[in-house]
Amino acid sequence: MIGSGRWSRIAFAVWAALIMLFLFFPIVIIMLYAFNPSNVQSWPLSGLSTRWFSSTWHNTEVRQALWLSLRAGLLATGVAMLLGTMAAFAVDRFRFFGREAVSLVLVLPIALPGIITGMALNSFISFNSLTFSLLTIVIGHATFCIVTVYNNVLARLRRTQSSLVEASMDLGADGWQTFRYVTLPMIATALVAGGLLAFALSFDEIVVTTFTAGAQNTLPIWIFAHIRNGQQLPQVNVVVLFVILVSLLPVALAQRLTRDTGVLRSGRGAPAPGPARATAAPAIGAGAAP
Amino acid sequence: MDAACMRLSGGLDSLWMLSAGGTTVDAPGSHPSAAGGVTTPPAVALVDVRKTFGEVVAVEGLSLEVKAGEFFTMLGPSGSGKTTTLRVIAGFELADSGRVHLHGVDVTRSPPYEREVNTVFQDYALFPHMDVLENVAYGLRVKGVSKRERRERASEALEMVRLPNVESRRPIQLSGGQRQRVALARALVNRPRVLLLDEPLGALDLKLRQAMQLELKSIQRELSEHITFIYVTHDQDEALTMSDRIAVFSDGRIEQVGTPGDVYERPANEFVAGFVGTSNIFEQHGRTYTVRPEKIRLLADTDTDVPGAAGIVRDVAYLGSVTRYVVELDRGETLVVVRQNLDMSAEQALAERGRRVRLAWREQDAKVLQTNQQEVERQ
Repeated sequence: MIGSGRWSRIAFAVWAALIMLFLFFPIVIIMLYAFNPSNVQSWPLSGLSTRWFSSTWHNTEVRQALWLSLRAGLLATGVAMLLGTMAAFAVDRFRFFGREAVSLVLVLPIALPGIITGMALNSFISFNSLTFSLLTIVIGHATFCIVTVYNNVLARLRRTQSSLVEASMDLGADGWQTFRYVTLPMIATALVAGGLLAFALSFDEIVVTTFTAGAQNTLPIWIFAHIRNGQQLPQVNVVVLFVILVSLLPVALAQRLTRDTGVLRSGRGAPAPGPARATAAPAIGAGAAP
Repeated sequence: MDAACMRLSGGLDSLWMLSAGGTTVDAPGSHPSAAGGVTTPPAVALVDVRKTFGEVVAVEGLSLEVKAGEFFTMLGPSGSGKTTTLRVIAGFELADSGRVHLHGVDVTRSPPYEREVNTVFQDYALFPHMDVLENVAYGLRVKGVSKRERRERASEALEMVRLPNVESRRPIQLSGGQRQRVALARALVNRPRVLLLDEPLGALDLKLRQAMQLELKSIQRELSEHITFIYVTHDQDEALTMSDRIAVFSDGRIEQVGTPGDVYERPANEFVAGFVGTSNIFEQHGRTYTVRPEKIRLLADTDTDVPGAAGIVRDVAYLGSVTRYVVELDRGETLVVVRQNLDMSAEQALAERGRRVRLAWREQDAKVLQTNQQEVERQ
């Protein structure tokens, strides 16, 4: 049997470690380069310095790109939370013609290569003679952000007792009160987790952005441009470090939020153990692709 | 219920003061607790209600009157329409046709939150993100009752179901029995005029269930001047234990409505005889009879001075206080006999298997069954 012997277990452990190293070593290197005192990338580093942090912060291009990325991310997240939640409710509560199709259409943008979404949006925007602006970036990002919220909220709704809404109505609460006091608290963590993931996706997105941003630079596009022409590499490294942190934090937070909080369906006896934790991970799923 | 009345609080009696405005009419009635000759209209009246889910007819041509203050049970197997009927009364389902009246007011199209009924759900449906006190006070909170008063009233309601000292716990930290009590308190705190209970004891173990049956009944007796209980169950013992009247459901229809004595001792048809108790059915002189197992005497084969039917004991089940014998009569039918183990040991009882016996019963204990109503209608 594979993996039963002691040596094969050790071999597997080494293999796994090598894979992890392969995946994460480059990232660590880049993060270290941000502290490189020299403006020439060479190994080993000649020391550690934070001099590029200050110069990066004072670079107006970087600031503008950061500001655009933040606005685009927040707006796309807002749109995604609104539409994703509404779609999740529709699919969970009602049976209607095309229900499965709605699910597919929502998930499709993260399954499709970003370049296709990007080109499609680009030709749509050009064809209708719309100007490329913050709005077009937000629309582009929203296409793949909606699904993270949708998946998280839908998973939560499916694990929530439907009798809770009835109980609330039965106790005299109208539709709005029921949403405010019962439904929203039940889905709150899933909604926030979905939103955080959506923001993380939006913040480091480059392909769709390239086609929908026009002449504007978001942070990832700024990085891409400057890596290609090889100028300002030290600042690029600082920005990359920042993007890594800003993308990682929401994902980690989202993981925590979708853990079993006791808010979920309690069933007849003990809290449901296993499946509760599984939400956040599949929700990102292919989401890392674009 | 008007606001001024909602705000009354104090002892149990005042806790249950209810507005009578607009609901009392002079009409002849027979409700015992209606004082001074003025009677109230039925707490719940269903008129020719029909409800379908797609192709499935859940309830058909259902008419029903529940008197104010009654403990009324809807009994039937799963899929018989009893829960659908309850949900139509609560307003979770709207009837396809027919009318629903609560205390004389037509609420057929009203949403649940406009009906003066509260429900104890089968799965309790406690809000998991609220503590026990918040759960119980929820109905008062959405009606805008002040924070202090809803605290007081929620505490009172928890005392009433004998569940103090858990106010700040989450539902998930409670046992099944405790959750059940919280669900009851959460409904009662709103002083509903009708309380609907959907198999509320189904998830509890037998001992707890029996204790809760008695407790529910005593709470209902205490509140019967103000509140009507409508109880859904598939458990005939539960129905017989608690109810003033029972409606036996089958296939989306009511087979019989009556007191526990009525449905047990005078079942209207074969279905009721079989569902409420053991159906001991036999044919004689072209008519169908039923006789309850405990009404049958098990006599020795030699005991021929009493008229009876001879047969052979095919099976014996020793149940502690009683023993159940399955007897195959020579003329064909199989009857179940239950006998108290008065001076019979388990060994003696079990030794009866295979013996020839004679069965006898008093003439008045054999009930003539009507031909099954549905069969008549289908013809």
